[in-house]
Amino acid sequence: MSEMTASAVTGGQRTRELVAAGIGRRYRAEKRFRAFGLIAIVSALAFMALLFANIIGKGYGAFVQTEIRLPISYEVAVVDPDGTRDPEAMLRANYGKLYRDGIQSLFPEVDSRQERRVLNSLISSGATFEIRDAVMANPSLIGKSGEVWVPASDDVDMLVKGKIDRHLPETARRVTDREIAWIDALEAQGRLETRFNWRFFTQGDSREPELAGIWGAVVGSFLTMAVTLALSFPLGVATAVYLEEFAPKNRWTDIIEVNINNLAAIPSIVFGLLGLAVFLQFFGLPRSAPLVGGLVLTLMTLPTIIIAARVSLKSVPPSIREAALGLGASKMQMVTNDVLPLAMPGILTGTIIGMGRALGETAPLLMIGMVAFIVDIPGGFREPATVLPVQIYIWADSAERAFVERTSAAIMVLLFFLIAMNATAVFLRSKFERRW
Amino acid sequence: MPFSLLLLVLVGLAAMSYRFGTARARAVAPGRQSQLHSRPMYHGLYAAMWCGVPALLIATVWLMFQPVLVKGLVLGGLPESYSALSEARLNLIWNDIRNLATGDVVRAAPAPEIRDAADAFRRIHAIGDAALAVVCLVLAAVGARYALGKVSMSLRARNRVESVITVFLVASSLVAILTTVGIVLSLLFESLRFFAKVPPLEFLFGLHWSPQTALRADQVGSSGSFGAVPLFTGTLLISLISMCVAVPVGLMSAIYMSEYAHRKFRAVAKPLLEVLAGIPTVVYGFFAALTVAPFIRRMGEEIGLSVASESALAAGLVMGVMIIPFVSSISDDVINAVPQAMRDGAYALGATKSETIRNVIVPAALPGIVGGVLLAVSRAIGETMIVVMAAGLSANLTFNPLDAVTTVTVQIVTLLTGDQEFDSAKTLAAFALGLVLFCVTLGLNILALHVVRKYREQYE
Repeated sequence: MSEMTASAVTGGQRTRELVAAGIGRRYRAEKRFRAFGLIAIVSALAFMALLFANIIGKGYGAFVQTEIRLPISYEVAVVDPDGTRDPEAMLRANYGKLYRDGIQSLFPEVDSRQERRVLNSLISSGATFEIRDAVMANPSLIGKSGEVWVPASDDVDMLVKGKIDRHLPETARRVTDREIAWIDALEAQGRLETRFNWRFFTQGDSREPELAGIWGAVVGSFLTMAVTLALSFPLGVATAVYLEEFAPKNRWTDIIEVNINNLAAIPSIVFGLLGLAVFLQFFGLPRSAPLVGGLVLTLMTLPTIIIAARVSLKSVPPSIREAALGLGASKMQMVTNDVLPLAMPGILTGTIIGMGRALGETAPLLMIGMVAFIVDIPGGFREPATVLPVQIYIWADSAERAFVERTSAAIMVLLFFLIAMNATAVFLRSKFERRW
Repeated sequence: MPFSLLLLVLVGLAAMSYRFGTARARAVAPGRQSQLHSRPMYHGLYAAMWCGVPALLIATVWLMFQPVLVKGLVLGGLPESYSALSEARLNLIWNDIRNLATGDVVRAAPAPEIRDAADAFRRIHAIGDAALAVVCLVLAAVGARYALGKVSMSLRARNRVESVITVFLVASSLVAILTTVGIVLSLLFESLRFFAKVPPLEFLFGLHWSPQTALRADQVGSSGSFGAVPLFTGTLLISLISMCVAVPVGLMSAIYMSEYAHRKFRAVAKPLLEVLAGIPTVVYGFFAALTVAPFIRRMGEEIGLSVASESALAAGLVMGVMIIPFVSSISDDVINAVPQAMRDGAYALGATKSETIRNVIVPAALPGIVGGVLLAVSRAIGETMIVVMAAGLSANLTFNPLDAVTTVTVQIVTLLTGDQEFDSAKTLAAFALGLVLFCVTLGLNILALHVVRKYREQYE
């Protein structure tokens, strides 16, 4: 008996010694483990910060654009040689000559043909159209002269913004010493400024970075999202209501449920293949159209909306339903008058999140041809269009250096829309969500 | 009449029918409203449905089949000599006709019969649109007239409206099924056409991928070979790299959030981490291609390694970051589902917090975590934009993360953007790849659900 107690005592002692010997190591392991956790979170957040900083750092420059003030004389001989003021004839006039004369009048010493061509190339070719549009809008300009701000070419823009290093040896940069001298001269005369880049927000796509804008893509995105919302919201809510409130629990509804969960996990590009094979090949709908894009995105976002709507419907307590039925409402009246209104904030939140995902989606739209180069602002659901993320993809693929800036700026615009949508969702949730 | 205007008019007519219906129901029983079987609102809805639904259905069906119908009619009207042409040629001619008819830029000097066809195209469209408008408006008027004529005390308007709504509910829930069926059928159908040209075994086990088929018969070096193994290994390599980032970081963040972090830290860090999931993949792709890939290349050169400018590593790393919130939110859920009693038991035995986590909580949550990781893998395999922008096009059979590899999704995109003729093995191959992708991701999802369901310990 006493031996046993003794051994228990020594055993207890041994255990204590063992624990004491290991405790430092174990506490260090504890600290290390905890540090790993913190490092994981911090590194993920740091990556995100880096991503945002990188994109903002690259993109903020695109919101301004270098412009050059040229003296333009709207010569009658060039604009309207016949003197008829016929819009058709005026459209075809050689407006390029006007800005070329303008810049050459600033540097009269440049006389060789080749040099002049280089000098002309400081100005974006878009100047032609801007001068033309000004004349077309206001024919009384003809015969007069004035000072006009026109966009500089992308190389000039990059140099002025410091994206092309002027201290590099001449052969290693895209802008020659001669051009730099001209640019500096223009700047010294106050004829060269960076001004707010309204073209970026009002123009469609262009091969020239300094003329390329996101408006076409924004309109395309809007049209596509309109189709998506108009289809996916009613279909999604109806499906959720059916499965949650009406459907008998049987094999068939089980299949539908499993199906929806699986659809939610299918890669988005497969939906693009579906759209290509069914909407374009089988039904012969037009390529690149917001209508088809919206249809594909509808199929893609439906599961998200259905799942969110079901969760929201589930959270409405059964007592509400029982009360409605007890007062003599039909099942449909119970759903439309009592359950749906109470579930609506949750459904709307889910819908906005689904729409946010659809707005950022690119891959399926590449399959149905929304990746085409489209200059015009789309005017309808069946006209060729592109969307913001696809525009980003197209620009990211372009070789010109200035497009990097545009791409980042377009990403900033896209992220702005997404943040606005998600903030609305969070606001809706916090303002209207009821806890039972 | 343009389609959107027609829609607007129909909606307007339906709204008017609603007004008339309610007014009529009120007029039928002045002062005795309680004796109406259905409340006036339902009579209104009943009239609006009779007015709008049939017309809208007709309009939708027309919208769906109009392109096919017009194409058949116009091409059928071409002279005999055209009917012998191949489908690809016919499609080109069809494009010309359409461009000519819609006033777009056309190739110089179209043949007279093409010009005639374009006129026919315009004519058929005009006739079709006019006929549609007339049919829809007549249907709407007749429907509204019928429903308004039936308004009476005993009309069971509510029951009829409700049964129409029920039909709509059931039909919408079928859309999900139809989508799946559509995916399976379209993938299967096009893949079968592909496998008629390329044997399935060669596709699945061939080691050489170069889908450029010869344009002319005498062309050299572009016979087109469709061995997809390099794509599969490339996809696996990039997914593996991304998992090496996402699983440890995601899991550790979830553990820290649910076990260590202060409530306030959690309230800030968790939504911030979720932001990573909300960033469009094209943004990640841009970042991977323009920032991460050059950075890795420079680092590699510093230590004397040759790194491809479109390395698998860059794409995988960025994809891993994208998947972190996915892994962490699933792990967070399952870790929180482990009951407190198990933690308390471990603490009572003298375990430190990290020992509890490693020896009790993670094993208890393992099925859920594994399920989450499987879902994450399926996302990595199906992810498109990051790899399209940051991984290469060269189908190298390699496991070196510094080399350029290509993936299934990249090839689908490159095969299907650009000119398309649906007969070539090149475009059909994309559907075969899509089928593989669909099967693999579906299998992974089912497996993940199975793992979660089968091995989940029930703690209630």
